[in-house]
Amino acid sequence: MPDTFIKIASVTVGSGGASSIDFTSIPSTYTDLCVKLSIRNTSTESTNQIYVQPNSATTNLSSRILVGTGSATASASYTSDSSIWGYCCGNGSTSNTFGNSEFYFPNYAGSTNKSISVDSVNETNATDARQSLLAGLWSSTTAISSLKFLTIENSTGNSKNFVQYSTATLYGIKNS
Amino acid sequence: MADKKIVVDCSTGEVSEIELTAEEVAQREADAKAHAEAKSAEDAEKAAKAADKAALLEKLGISEDEAKLLLG
Repeated sequence: MPDTFIKIASVTVGSGGASSIDFTSIPSTYTDLCVKLSIRNTSTESTNQIYVQPNSATTNLSSRILVGTGSATASASYTSDSSIWGYCCGNGSTSNTFGNSEFYFPNYAGSTNKSISVDSVNETNATDARQSLLAGLWSSTTAISSLKFLTIENSTGNSKNFVQYSTATLYGIKNS
Repeated sequence: MADKKIVVDCSTGEVSEIELTAEEVAQREADAKAHAEAKSAEDAEKAAKAADKAALLEKLGISEDEAKLLLG
């Protein structure tokens, strides 16, 4: 039985932290891409965001998102977005917890617009712990060859760094 | 300590930690601002429309369900 879920690259953030995690020169030989992340950032708050720019794009992006906070639910749609995102932990979260997320890019190397799906959660022992499901679209016919992940503080929008031991693993998926 | 980005070259497997240039620092801040503002602008627009709708219903003295009946 052939392998269909293949690790392309993996990275663990070192002691100095990192402002972004960039996967570059992604081969076009797979059907889909999947990135699994375990992330905590330097914000003193618990609720934070991780976002991705395909090919460093910040335009022609749109999304619909469902969010659960632990006590409430919400949904939103963004027709003129600048990134595709999910939730992650910050240093305000319970000690040693990391948020989990998966970013999935079907048909990433094709010549049609690129759909992107994201599921994420910021782990913390508090009444407000966020989970989200996002359906995104990058309206571009260009094949995705790079993915840049960045992180911000949810309440302020200020950029933050990934802390040590945050991880990101890029997988290629083949349909045969 | 200067901010560093981690770059993974998937064609070689090489992982590099590279200090951000001044231009990259500025771009990162601009990207973060754009990311946050894109959402707050659309959220604000939706909130304003919802407020306008609620004010109109109150002015007319009818509920949302009653407005739907009128328009249906």
